[in-house]
Amino acid sequence: MAVIRRGLALLALLLVVGLVLGAVEVREFDDPVLEQRYRDLTASLRCPKCENQAIDDSNSPVAADMRERVYTLLQDGRSDIEIRNHMVNRFGDYVLYNPRLEGRTWLLWGLPGALVVVGGVVVMLIVRSRRQASVRQLSADERARLDALIKRERTE
Amino acid sequence: MKRRLLLLLPLAGFLLLSGFLYLGLSLDPFHRDSALLAREFPAFELSTLEDPEAVVDESLFQGEVTLVNVWGEWCPTCKQEMPQLLSLAERGVRLVGVDYKDTRAKGREFLEEFGNPFEVNIFDPEGDLGFELGVYGAPETFLVDSDGIIRYHHTGYIKPEDVEQTILPEVRKWQ
Repeated sequence: MAVIRRGLALLALLLVVGLVLGAVEVREFDDPVLEQRYRDLTASLRCPKCENQAIDDSNSPVAADMRERVYTLLQDGRSDIEIRNHMVNRFGDYVLYNPRLEGRTWLLWGLPGALVVVGGVVVMLIVRSRRQASVRQLSADERARLDALIKRERTE
Repeated sequence: MKRRLLLLLPLAGFLLLSGFLYLGLSLDPFHRDSALLAREFPAFELSTLEDPEAVVDESLFQGEVTLVNVWGEWCPTCKQEMPQLLSLAERGVRLVGVDYKDTRAKGREFLEEFGNPFEVNIFDPEGDLGFELGVYGAPETFLVDSDGIIRYHHTGYIKPEDVEQTILPEVRKWQ
């Protein structure tokens, strides 16, 4: 009996530990809009300690501090951009999942578009040159014969 | 002949991409420059670990090149790093500690056990100063020049060879 009781106690303890470890704190919002912004912000800010986790699902202490700061700044009435800048000023561009469009990042943002344009031009050139090639390949004799055949087809 | 050369274009593209990715292999994903480089040490007002009544602020960094080390009793790597910091202090580098997310009792215990290379320790129990500095894990070390501008940032453990190879040259550069 004592063994079972001890086992149950241990199980309960493990469950509690599991709950504590898995807990990302619950926050109260009076305004659903603010709550949504909080969710969006914490999902789009990257935890500086962990390799690839947003701060909203990271247990690292710095992620908890950042969530806390996002919450306070939101309650302060700051805009999303101000809050993002606040984090970037301290932790660097690394914390943004979507890098900002600026001098250093034009290649990052521009390259995919540029490649699509280049690809389109290449395809267009190939199509055009093939079309011209197939017309050019007929000699004068062949052309005369083709014309004759087409004519016969029409008159019959 | 010209058209033939065009056929090499995909190969060239492939080689370019390979070179790019190959370079990426040797990059350390944990290494990134601090956002505070070339900026002033953030404003703060905190007591010292040594004296709860004494208040220090960013004027602490005016007039002398200072190495600021963020540590905590809870941080095992900080303990391994202490011999390196002690040797830097012996060589005349001014060190200021930030006791980060710690209690006074534990912080003092740490310094008694592992030595105290710091001129003064800023006591930051809530991690507020750490947050302003963009600290995401101790130990982290910042070099502040005599105008209070952050000039260099070292994330993580200072290895024994780092003292001679990186830290001291950086300190001398700004002295």
